[in-house]
Amino acid sequence: MLELVAASLIGLGAVFFIAGTVGLLRFPDIFCRLHALTKADGLGLALVALGVALLSGSMGDAFRIGLIWFFVAVASATCSHLIARYARASGEAVSDD
Amino acid sequence: MTPDLIYGFTGVAVFAIGLVGALCAQDRLRRVLALKLCSVGAGFMLVVGAWREPPAAPDPVPHALVITGIVVMVSATAVALALIRRLQSLEAEDDR
Amino acid sequence: MTDPLVIFDLLLAASVVALAVAVLGVRDLFAAIVLFVIFGLLSALSWVRLSAPDVALAEAAIGTGVTGALLLKTLHHLRFVSGTLDQQAALSVTPLLPVPGAVIWANAAFCGLITLGLAAAFLGAPQAGPGFDPLVADAMPQSGVEHPVTGVLLNFRAYDTLMEVVVLLAAVIAVWQIERGMSDAPAPVMGEVWQGFARLALPAIVVVGTYLLWVGAEAPGGAFQGGAVLAAVGLLLLLTRAYVPRPAHRGIARGAFVLGTGAFAAVALLVAGGGRVAFEYPPEHAKSLILLIEGLVTISIAITLAALFHGREPVALSTQGGRNDT
Repeated sequence: MLELVAASLIGLGAVFFIAGTVGLLRFPDIFCRLHALTKADGLGLALVALGVALLSGSMGDAFRIGLIWFFVAVASATCSHLIARYARASGEAVSDD
Repeated sequence: MTPDLIYGFTGVAVFAIGLVGALCAQDRLRRVLALKLCSVGAGFMLVVGAWREPPAAPDPVPHALVITGIVVMVSATAVALALIRRLQSLEAEDDR
Repeated sequence: MTDPLVIFDLLLAASVVALAVAVLGVRDLFAAIVLFVIFGLLSALSWVRLSAPDVALAEAAIGTGVTGALLLKTLHHLRFVSGTLDQQAALSVTPLLPVPGAVIWANAAFCGLITLGLAAAFLGAPQAGPGFDPLVADAMPQSGVEHPVTGVLLNFRAYDTLMEVVVLLAAVIAVWQIERGMSDAPAPVMGEVWQGFARLALPAIVVVGTYLLWVGAEAPGGAFQGGAVLAAVGLLLLLTRAYVPRPAHRGIARGAFVLGTGAFAAVALLVAGGGRVAFEYPPEHAKSLILLIEGLVTISIAITLAALFHGREPVALSTQGGRNDT
């Protein structure tokens, strides 16, 4: 039962990653692409981490996985901000459609 | 198909790509990148050599060698990059 | 019947090779560096698959993290010097010259021969052949630690590791000499979100680095991985301008550079005597001696790597890295 829940969480996370990757490839300008990527990073990784933490079986490991998720989320948010900031400062065009 | 075979050929391929790059790239920074690829390829070969069929633990000596190699490579990269920065500054001064 | 992990291995191997090609093929240098960082992380992942987590940690932290920072800093400097700082893509920093076809063919033939030789040697090598594992397994009880890689690095092959620390020392001396009197590129403005991130991440990185050092005795981790993570503290301090190197700190920095080498060599020589040779730690004190060496070497590695990132020796205005590393 636990394994089934974990597997479906990881699968759902993978769906978010695929959606994010498709967005990265298909969206017209850098800001839309960042928007797609942060969804994959934030929610996708959270679901995968939750699934893996359920499977890990020990509180210590689950705690470490939680920490990893937290720092990846914070770092990816900061990175996206820096990229967007640089793109705006250097006059990257925003597409109309 | 065992992991050692798959990653062994990956190592050979990465080393070959790095070698071609180191000889053919004209940009200095890219040449340093190519040499880094070579070092990762060599690391692949050593790690593959240390691998044993899963229940058995891998050989720790090549692992230690690769860690040593990684640290030596970062030192060499740092010196190479400092030389590139210096060269570029000198060339820019000449142009002025 | 096909093991799903084999499919994963094949996909991973294919993406590692494709990324290696992309690093050299892509035209924008910034993109090449970013692709190189991804390449490094994926090769670290393949080394986890080959049950070498220590090597993967070292590659991710030193071979990819610190090296990536060094490369980006150099690219920033090169763009500043060549006046292309504001352009989105700096294609190359050295002018391209036409190469005669014969040279290209000779190079290709040479590379092909070496690659063929390497592949033949790899296929001809005995699989899972006689290694050092039985020897190491026999000697582990005397090493003072439970993790074989740490035992090999700091006990059985300690002279190797000492030389490795000496190479780092030599590198930082060389960088200080090469960059003497050079002007610095202006630091990029990163904004307040980045400052907040640095404030949040700094204490966590210190904890992670120290944990990696401590856990090295019984699990993957150790002085080099911990030192590289702690070097990130120096990088953050330098990039946020929380620490600006001053000439007065040069003495402390020099002391920190030689601390690891000095302490390592001193312990190695001090345990000699009474029928023991250098590096032969008495088994009952081995664990404390190894932890002492590892701790001091970690501090030294962290400060040396941060100094390598900063480059130029601190003169009048600024230089050298993370004094507050520990």
